[in-house]
Amino acid sequence: MEPRAITLKATGRGRRRLLVNRVAESTAVLAAVLAIAVLAVVIWSVGSRGVGAINPDFFLKGPSSDFFGGTGGIAPALAGSLLLVGVATLIALPMGVLTAIFVSEFAPVSIGQQIRLWLDVLNGFPSIVIGIFVFTLAVKTKVPLLGIGHHQSAVAGGFALAVIMLPLVARSTMEVLRLVPNNLREASYALGVSKWQTVMRVVLPTSFGGILTGTTLAVARAAGETAPLLFTCAIAGQIVDWNPTHSVQSIPLTIYLDSESADPALHQQAWAAAFVLILFVLVTSLTARLMLERSRRKLGLQR
Amino acid sequence: MEAASIPPGSLPRTRHVGDRVGDGLLYGLTALASIVGILVVFAIVWRVADGAWPAIKFFKFGFVYRNVWNVNLNGGSFGARDLIIGTVVTSFGAMLLSGPISIAIGLFLSELAPPAVRAPVGTLIDMLAAVPSVVIGLWGIYVLAPFDADHLAPGIHAVLGWIPIFGGDPHTESTVFTAIIVLTIMTIPITSSICRELFIGVPSELEEGAIGLGATRWEMVKTVVVPSVRGGVVAAIILGLGRALGEAIAVTQVIGNFIPMSRSLFGSGDTMASRLANQYQGASTDRQIAALIYLALVLLVITFITNYAAQRVVKRFELQRTGGV
Repeated sequence: MEPRAITLKATGRGRRRLLVNRVAESTAVLAAVLAIAVLAVVIWSVGSRGVGAINPDFFLKGPSSDFFGGTGGIAPALAGSLLLVGVATLIALPMGVLTAIFVSEFAPVSIGQQIRLWLDVLNGFPSIVIGIFVFTLAVKTKVPLLGIGHHQSAVAGGFALAVIMLPLVARSTMEVLRLVPNNLREASYALGVSKWQTVMRVVLPTSFGGILTGTTLAVARAAGETAPLLFTCAIAGQIVDWNPTHSVQSIPLTIYLDSESADPALHQQAWAAAFVLILFVLVTSLTARLMLERSRRKLGLQR
Repeated sequence: MEAASIPPGSLPRTRHVGDRVGDGLLYGLTALASIVGILVVFAIVWRVADGAWPAIKFFKFGFVYRNVWNVNLNGGSFGARDLIIGTVVTSFGAMLLSGPISIAIGLFLSELAPPAVRAPVGTLIDMLAAVPSVVIGLWGIYVLAPFDADHLAPGIHAVLGWIPIFGGDPHTESTVFTAIIVLTIMTIPITSSICRELFIGVPSELEEGAIGLGATRWEMVKTVVVPSVRGGVVAAIILGLGRALGEAIAVTQVIGNFIPMSRSLFGSGDTMASRLANQYQGASTDRQIAALIYLALVLLVITFITNYAAQRVVKRFELQRTGGV
C-alpha cells in the first residue's frame, strides 16, 4: 500500500475514480447511519417524554373523569387492545397456518404461487381500506349473528386486524414449512404413516417454533395498527370492558385521539402510551426475529 | 413366494378408514382456508365497490376531478381532486427521497458492511418498520413538525424559495413537507430490505469479474450489481410507494387535513387515506358515508394496481434467481 521506490499513488483519472468510489461508499454508510439515527431519535423522544407518566396507576386506572385530577390511566385501552388482538389471533392463526399447509403440502406449484400472490396483494391493501371493508360488512349493515353488527364492536375490530395478520401469518408459516427437511416427511411415509398424521405429528411439531415466532411478529404488527379500528371499534366507553360485542378502547387509538387533542395533559398520556406500545412492539419483534433466526439455522443444519 | 399365490384384487386394504378420512379432511380444511383467504381479497373489493355505489351513481366519475368536500352544500357535495393530488405528491415525494437512500442502504448491507455489522444493522433498520405508524405520527406532530418549521423548511426556503413548491411561509407546522418526511421514514425499511435481498442475489462471479477487470467498488455497483437487478429495484421502490399511498394515520396527524391543497410543500394539504382517517366520527349522512367509501375505492384501485405490478416484477426476479441456480 505505501509508496516506496515507485509511487503507487493514483493520479489523474485513477485518482478521480478512487475519489468517486470513496464518496459513493461514504454515502452508503451515511444512509444506513441516517436510518438508524432516525430510529434512535424516535425511541429517545418517546422514551424521554413517556417514561415520566408511567406508574402503577397508569396501568390500573381508567381515564379520570375529574377535570383537574390529571388524566388517569390507560387500563381500558390496555384491556381492549388485548381483547382485539386476541380475537384477531384466534381468527388469523388457524386460517394462516391451514393456508400455509395447503400451499406447502398439498397444492401444485402453480396454485401455490397464485395463493402467495393474492396474499401479497392482500398484504398491500391499505389498512384503512380494510377498516372500511369491515365497516361495510359488520358495522353499517346488520349481521344477524352474536348480536354484533349495526354498531362497532371488538369482534369487528378484531376481524379487521385478523385480515391484516392473515397474510403475515400465512407467509411466515410457508417459509418455515419449506425449511422442514423432506427426508423427515419421507421417513414418516416409509413407516406407513398417512399424510395427515405426517403433517400433524412431524411437519407441524418440527416447525412449531417458527410458526410461533411468525405469529408473534404478526401480533406485534396488529397491536400497533390504528387505521383498521377507526371505523370498526373506535367509539367506546371509559371502563375496562371484556365483552367482545361491545366497542372497546385500544392503545393505538388512545395515542391517536390524545395526540389530536388540545389538552397538554393528554399529550403526556399519549407519549406514555406510545412508550408502552413501542416497548411492547420492539421487544416482541426483536425476540421473535432472534428466535426465528435460531430455528431457521437449526432447520437449515438438519437438511 | 407366498405373496405370488394371492390373486390380484384380493389383497387386504392396508389404509385405515381413519387415515383416508383424515387425509381428505386435512386436504379439505386447508384448501377451504386458502380459498377463504383469497376470497377475502375479492370480498374487500366487492364490499367497498358496493358501499360506494350510491356515491358512484350520484357523483359519477366527476368525483375524482371535482375539488370540494362540504357536508352541508346541496345536502353534501364531495370531490376528491386535491385528495388524490395530495396522495400522489406525498407518496412520490417520499419515493424520491426514500428510493436513493434505500438503494444506498441495500448496497451498504450487501456489498460494503463487514459481515459482523450486517446482521445487527439490518435488524435495526427492520425495527424501524416495526414502529407503529401512530407512534411515528405522534413523533411527527411534536418533534419533527416543529423541527421542520424552525430549521429545515426555512433553510430550504432560503435557497430554493424561488421555486413555487418551496415558496409560501416556511414556518407552518402542519405541512405536506412533514408528511413526505414521515412517509420516507416509513418506506425506507421496506424498500431497503428488498434491495438488500436483490443485491445479495447478484451472482458473485459477475461482481468478481468486474473487480478483476479493475473496477472500483462503486463502478462494480454501477455497471454490474444495479443493472442486473434494475427491474427488481424499481419494484422494491414501488412496493414502498404502495405503503406510502395507503398510510392514513401518520399522515393525518401531520399534514393539516386541509383542502384546497397549498401550492407550496410548506403548506397544509390532505391525502385520500388521511381524509378517511380524519372523518371516521364525523360521517353522519348516508351520502357522506358513501362518498367516503367511494374515496376508499379510488384508493384501493390505485394501491391494487401499484402493488400487483410490483409483485409481478419481484416474483419474476425470485423465479429467475431460484431457477437459474
